[in-house]
Amino acid sequence: MKLSPDQTVFWEYGFFSLNLTIVTTWGIMFLLVISAKLITRKLKTDMHISRWQCFLEMVVTTINQQIKEVGLKQPEKYIGFIGTLFLFIAVANLLIILPWYQPPTGSLSTTAALAISVLFAVPFFGIEQSGFIGYLKSYIKPTFIMLPFNIIGEISRTVALTIRLFGNIMSGGLVVAVLLSIAPFIFPIIMTALGLLTGMVQAYIFSILATVYIAAAIQGSKKKLSTTKQKEVQHG
Amino acid sequence: MDSITIIAIVSIITAGLTTGIGTMFPALSEGRAVVSALQSVAQQPDAAPTITRTLFVGLAMIESTAIYCFVLSMILIFANPFWNHIIAG
Repeated sequence: MKLSPDQTVFWEYGFFSLNLTIVTTWGIMFLLVISAKLITRKLKTDMHISRWQCFLEMVVTTINQQIKEVGLKQPEKYIGFIGTLFLFIAVANLLIILPWYQPPTGSLSTTAALAISVLFAVPFFGIEQSGFIGYLKSYIKPTFIMLPFNIIGEISRTVALTIRLFGNIMSGGLVVAVLLSIAPFIFPIIMTALGLLTGMVQAYIFSILATVYIAAAIQGSKKKLSTTKQKEVQHG
Repeated sequence: MDSITIIAIVSIITAGLTTGIGTMFPALSEGRAVVSALQSVAQQPDAAPTITRTLFVGLAMIESTAIYCFVLSMILIFANPFWNHIIAG
């Protein structure tokens, strides 16, 4: 039994191997990019817009609103990262309605790559907001004793993001595969429908957790800025 | 009993126990989380979006412990390192 699409290898040369995960990931990337290009080719501001433009505007507005509700004041700065994460994971999980499709998010390497990009995005946005020193100060936030715990938390939440997405999607596929050998008629369809629901929820959770981490890194340093400003005002 | 049999027996029993116990307690705690979230939504329907979002994030956090146990039992069954070591050696 194949646990992950990594084990289906098409072509191998030395260190590099072309497996089903890479092929599906690039397929989804092309699908997203080409469809977005086709839709945004003729944008209109009329009363009557095309239904795909309406759909795209809905998606962008919803993601912006969700980011704003978590506490990031300028969602336009972060939607490039968070929206991409959400759209990629959501499309990858939704395409399980196609036969013989194996979601790339059911492979540990894909989810690890996504989680590592979150791990690097948090200091990126934090440093952009408050400078290098200001961001490093957020590691010793309550007291200096919390420094190792903050670092451990940074690593463990990355591992948690990885394992959560991988486990959910992999277990969905595995349950369907097991049911196909026991009761192949109706039940796999029901479990696939449940897999669609969990896939969407996991995409939402992954992106909202990334937003929460970024917001925590930014607000931790922003509070300091505002208090120093107040002090300056009081002194001045 | 040779060592392969012992490893197989222990791995299978442990995999079942891991998933069984490891999903029992997250299920209980998720139930408690949903109960209190529904109570607060009933008391304050205005705060429903915030409560729902926080509930989802919290449920994901709780659920990840169950997922860890599931992944562990999958490793024990399908990719057991001790089994592979004995088979190879």
